Amino acid sequence: MREEDDGAVRTVVRVIGELCLPAGLVLLLFYAYLLWGTGAETEREQHVLQQRLGEVFDRDRGHAGPGAVRLGDALALLRIPRLGAGYRFAVVEGVGPAELRKGPGHFPGTALPGQVGNFVLSGHRTTYAAPFNRLDELRRGDDIVVDARDARYTYEVTRKEVVDPGEVDVVDPVPGHPGRRPTTAVMTMTTCHPEFSAAQRLVVQGVLVRREERQD
Amino acid sequence: MYRFLWRRLPGGTALRLAVVLLLTGVTVAALWYVVFPWLAPRVPIG
Repeated sequence: MREEDDGAVRTVVRVIGELCLPAGLVLLLFYAYLLWGTGAETEREQHVLQQRLGEVFDRDRGHAGPGAVRLGDALALLRIPRLGAGYRFAVVEGVGPAELRKGPGHFPGTALPGQVGNFVLSGHRTTYAAPFNRLDELRRGDDIVVDARDARYTYEVTRKEVVDPGEVDVVDPVPGHPGRRPTTAVMTMTTCHPEFSAAQRLVVQGVLVRREERQD
Repeated sequence: MYRFLWRRLPGGTALRLAVVLLLTGVTVAALWYVVFPWLAPRVPIG
């Protein structure tokens, strides 16, 4: 009886051990999907969004207003020279999971590019092409260039900090001052911190320093 | 367990290998194109 019990236990342990191998492989595959699979999906979306944005820019030729757009549509083109000449992302309207799969998203209800108030963007740090992966490399004085439908707006980085997810006053019209009426145009970019975690938020803020005709 | 499953597969070694590769491919495709896209937004890693 005792030997039968031992045999059953051994069989169970062996089967569990053998199941750990495919489980580990599935986890590795999921990790690869998070890093590269989601990125491929976002790059496909970005290709389409940037193409559409180019068509809108060609059509409007600076004669349009900043223009609110539908959720998931491209609002503007974001470039950050500090992160390389090739760094460019179409910013979509909305910050829900479906929108952030496409690229960095504009927080609905916050200021549009160039407007007085807080132009708030949110983006993924490690998945979905990780548009805000290197935000931590930005320094005070770095340019953030936003090509909107009506003009090109350049913001200059003024502040970088790590906050808890509950500190939502960073997206107020005057960041950190709930209820205060804005008098300047600022922008805020938020992403998860540290990488591979959503425990905190990395926040980069800037102030509008230049408005100029777009160079298409 | 794997030895048991291998024995249950039909045919000779070549056919068994083909079945294993086919099943593996179908499983990986289902994970990559169906399960992972559903799961990824629910994982809080930003």
